[in-house]
Amino acid sequence: MEGHSVYVPKSGFTKWLEARLPIISLTHSSAVAYPVPRNLNYFWTFGAILTMMLVVQIVTGVVLAMHYVPNAKLAFASVESIMRDVNFGWLLRYMHANGASMFFIAVYVHIFRGMYYGSYKAPREVLWILGVIIFLLMMATAFMGYVLPWGQMSFWGATVITNLFSAFDEIIPGVGTWIVTLLWGGFAVDNPTLNRFFALHYLLPFMLAGVVGLHIWALHHVGQNNPTGVEVKNIRKDTVPFTPYATVKDAVGVVFFLILFAWFLFYIPNFMGHADNYIEANPSVTPAHIVPEWYFLPFYAILRAIPSKLGGVLAMFSAVLILAFLPWLDTSKVRSGNYRPVFRVFFWLFVATCVVLGWLGAKPAEGGYTLAAQVLTVFYFSYFLIILPLLGLFETPRQLPGSIAEAVLAKKAKSAAPADASVNG
Amino acid sequence: MAETVPSAEPTRRDFLLIATGAVGAVGAAAVAWPFIAQMQPDAATIAAGAPVDVDLTPVAEGQILKLFWRGKLIFVRHRTKAEIESAAKVDVASLRDPQPDSARVKQGHAQWLVVYGNCTHLGCVPLGHQGQYEGWFCPCHGSVFDTSGRIRQGPAPTNLPIPPYTFVSDSKITIG
Repeated sequence: MEGHSVYVPKSGFTKWLEARLPIISLTHSSAVAYPVPRNLNYFWTFGAILTMMLVVQIVTGVVLAMHYVPNAKLAFASVESIMRDVNFGWLLRYMHANGASMFFIAVYVHIFRGMYYGSYKAPREVLWILGVIIFLLMMATAFMGYVLPWGQMSFWGATVITNLFSAFDEIIPGVGTWIVTLLWGGFAVDNPTLNRFFALHYLLPFMLAGVVGLHIWALHHVGQNNPTGVEVKNIRKDTVPFTPYATVKDAVGVVFFLILFAWFLFYIPNFMGHADNYIEANPSVTPAHIVPEWYFLPFYAILRAIPSKLGGVLAMFSAVLILAFLPWLDTSKVRSGNYRPVFRVFFWLFVATCVVLGWLGAKPAEGGYTLAAQVLTVFYFSYFLIILPLLGLFETPRQLPGSIAEAVLAKKAKSAAPADASVNG
Repeated sequence: MAETVPSAEPTRRDFLLIATGAVGAVGAAAVAWPFIAQMQPDAATIAAGAPVDVDLTPVAEGQILKLFWRGKLIFVRHRTKAEIESAAKVDVASLRDPQPDSARVKQGHAQWLVVYGNCTHLGCVPLGHQGQYEGWFCPCHGSVFDTSGRIRQGPAPTNLPIPPYTFVSDSKITIG
């Protein structure tokens, strides 16, 4: 956003540095003076929470890599030695493993926040697409990280997910097998696979950090969306400076999130994991019931809902990639779900669909579960391909406030005169 | 600044641009080649795929032997008479991946079925003697195979593939 850089270097050193590398004014304009809409709620603190989680994962991950051995014969034992022998190894590993789950909890809240308040609409399409790329990188990183302990779920998860690519044999025979062999570096998931997954698991978070930089850049260029979805019209009236307002609010969000994180970490550190992953990988026995980590379950349910291999794989990838087209599939001019009464109903149905698909993903693929997953898969795609395009044409949105300031003042007036509340609804 | 005058004749600059572009493209491909090739199975992995001999004498009728070749799981199944019959009497045309049982075993050795032990859906290990056809049942996504290792139900697209093998004698095979 324009018109807010007010930093003037005062001391001799800062003047000297600014003339050579204007890094202080850049930091000042993007983290101090940067104007944020004054009506942001706590859902807007998840960006800061996610940034923190990325740092947590990188710091704990780099430390774990100092004790972990990426070799199929030694990997499992090295993770056990981290748990038992390394000083505070148990803490670091649990931070990293639960940190991944917390990262996904935060990213799902962040994505649903964007979907409810229409944060993907013009001019924020590129910002949104960068977010989808971040989500994809997160999924790839988490998947490869889960393989590293070389337990039964690691091994069979790696086998199932890499075998997804063999579905391309149904389009051009041989191509799928070629890709899978390339991923494995052998004829089955084995030591070469573990080695390359470790290298990539170390690399991808830094690529992630790079795309996060672009994501924040795009955000700061177009400005934040807000609960009314009305653009900032008057910086003086509609916004407050990032510091202290957003910094402190973000800090409060981070603290509450850390309390939740600590609860998992110290009381139920294995709640989101799977007991079978404490059994060393055995290529001759598949666990009776293999499931991916919880954050992949909705997509796993979609994969299994389709009774054809290629169809299932395509549906699963499409379920993620369709998010990138959201800015053009939603035809409504109104951003915020607060002013779209019909959209709001479908939005919550969509959230419920994702949750139930997640539950179905953990159930065996048989009978009623498969049927339910099929129905919900149809709804999942209908939401993007039928409901959102049509809603924009037929729905009558509620009256939008003239500006952010107006919305804030109206809310204040309402809470000051509670007798009016019933009249205004 | 010097001005570029467009001319019908190809100039030295045109030549340099095309020549540099062509060399650059070839160079990029030449550099990409080793970076992709290194991901393929290395010499040691391929060498580990030397043929293995399997003695069939200890495998009792009805038993399934599991072994590894090139890191891949292989089932050697000693089929009973009933299992061979049920595999042979199926209407081949009704199968998803039509193959008669006789094409999946070596002639004169119909009691021995040798197949890869990973489901053709997503690679899990199917459980033997289970499922409707008492061949194999994959617990991951519910594929059902018959006693010939052919896909009968569920998401797997093809039959369990057959590794290259030959009978050295009546009680010994070489895989690979």
